[in-house]
Amino acid sequence: MATATRAKRGALTHPDIGSYSEVNRDVLGILSRPGKGWWFLFVLAAVGVGVFFASWGWQIYQGIGVTGLNTPVGWGVYITTFVFWVGIAHSGTLISAILFLFRAPWRQSVYRLAEAMTVFAVMTAGLFPLIHVGRVWHAYWLIPYPNSRFLWPNFRSPLVWDVFAVTTYFTVSSVFFYLGTIPDLAAARDQAVGLRRRLYKVISLGWRGTDREWHHFSKAYIFLAALATPLVLSVHSVVSWDFAMSIVPGWHATVFAPYFVAGAIFSGVAMVITLAVPMRKIFGLESYLTIKHFDALAKLCLLTSLIVLYAYLTEFFMAWYSGEAIERASFWNRLFGHYWWASWTMLICNGIVPVLLWFKRVRHSIAALFVISIFINIGMWFERYVIIVTSLSHEYEPFAWGVYRPSLTEMGILLGSFAWFGFWFLLFTRLLPPVAIAELKEVLPLPYRRAAGEGEAR
Amino acid sequence: MSMQPRGLLASFEYLDSTLDAIKTLRQERIRKFTVYSPLPEHHLEAAMGYGQSPVRVFALVGGLTGAAAGFAFTSFTSMEWPLVTGGKPILSIPAYVVIAFELTILFGALATVIGLFLLSRLPHLGPLLIYDPEFTAGRFGIHVFASPEELEKARRILEEHHPAEVREDREGVGRA
Repeated sequence: MATATRAKRGALTHPDIGSYSEVNRDVLGILSRPGKGWWFLFVLAAVGVGVFFASWGWQIYQGIGVTGLNTPVGWGVYITTFVFWVGIAHSGTLISAILFLFRAPWRQSVYRLAEAMTVFAVMTAGLFPLIHVGRVWHAYWLIPYPNSRFLWPNFRSPLVWDVFAVTTYFTVSSVFFYLGTIPDLAAARDQAVGLRRRLYKVISLGWRGTDREWHHFSKAYIFLAALATPLVLSVHSVVSWDFAMSIVPGWHATVFAPYFVAGAIFSGVAMVITLAVPMRKIFGLESYLTIKHFDALAKLCLLTSLIVLYAYLTEFFMAWYSGEAIERASFWNRLFGHYWWASWTMLICNGIVPVLLWFKRVRHSIAALFVISIFINIGMWFERYVIIVTSLSHEYEPFAWGVYRPSLTEMGILLGSFAWFGFWFLLFTRLLPPVAIAELKEVLPLPYRRAAGEGEAR
Repeated sequence: MSMQPRGLLASFEYLDSTLDAIKTLRQERIRKFTVYSPLPEHHLEAAMGYGQSPVRVFALVGGLTGAAAGFAFTSFTSMEWPLVTGGKPILSIPAYVVIAFELTILFGALATVIGLFLLSRLPHLGPLLIYDPEFTAGRFGIHVFASPEELEKARRILEEHHPAEVREDREGVGRA
């Protein structure tokens, strides 16, 4: 019976949650009590945002020369960080859309946080093309429109595809995120007072949870999930084609699209763990984010880590097997050249450290998972750095080889981008219900009077 | 003029009570009622006899429009000023597939949301008159809107099914 399996599921995933009202109390409680931990992180993030804009302001004032970018390495930390943040975004959509279509019973607790992560990560990523182009006041040139000679952009260029992919992704993931929060915003409205109540009343669009609303809502949600699923796979493929469509040795590979998508999900799931661990602690969400949830996230990490490691090995194998001297030299340079340390950081963090996740004891230790997730975050940033910088620094002609050293401004912007992301994320935890209230109730046991017995509280 | 109650709002602690009440109301040919639920619940949808939601038409039409727009946009702009780049044909359809695909998703998603808003009549701008804050927390609700004779029958049915509370709305403002 459906009921029986549901009751079992609820007991399995959230044994400590007694009733529907308890979910509202616990989750909406987060919105009203910030606590010291939250304020500490918020001030830290605000300072970081200051660093971010100061560095960017300095670059705008001085010109793009303050970065280490030069021939032959014209893409450096900015593009690396752009790809990194776009990648982070992906697991949010994976958890919210793909696992929704697969009906994974553990997604309910983490999906709101993962989706918020998606939106803010794309917001962060979106700044990097603007930073990278240098003269930010010309950034609107990225948008396809006929220029002063009525010439349209070249739609055969992967960079133009990327504009379409990233803006579509930002729009659709924001809409998906907002739509999912509407019933929960109504729940927040029904408990809030004063200014907050008025705010939630407006943004919940007067949701009442009627049969008509839920009927169309559930269907629209399925369609949005079904549309977001190919989108998430396409966006990082398109990002990978920014590289793979060129003839730079180390980039020109057909494996790039699936390799990038797997890497994106890998890094994103690690970021979900990185975010969920402190959130669980600060907001006391132990009965919502249980060991089972972390175990499932860790397994997803392990799977994608294996795919990513396989892709690394394929790249090296193909370089050797192709017989192409230049391709071979490029990959030899990766491991033993000027940037050997970056490549080995990538291999160890993404290929070796996640091996620990095979052990149940590690998967069930929140502290261990947190540490591993940090390693993966670092490793995945370096993966993009290795792909971009080592390949560009060691192309065809030896006289055109060169070395790139990121400047202090670039480092400021890189670190500041984490603060910018954290700033929005922290605001999110205070303003929107960070755990999906209505959807979480779907995995709790249904309130049946016959099962509960006459008069007995459920 | 005495105010006759024109609506009844019952709230329930239990899903099965709510489902039974819905079934009985429908058997007794009382059709004008609204059900409130704190979660999307397919048992309720089934009890209300919902079929397919037309949201899917919006999704399909939006997606197809997006695909057509993507191909049209890239093709017509390329043909307007034919400029060979990289030795590729002026109409490089495989390259345009990427843009057409992205616009398919974009238009499809936006059309789905528009469809949802139109069909579920959101945003609901008026005051929340026939409503109980418990409906987003833990209770299910049924609001019956009917003539005085029918309302008596509805009251009997609702009270048979162990409601937590039955309220009258005397003004009969709005059809929730």
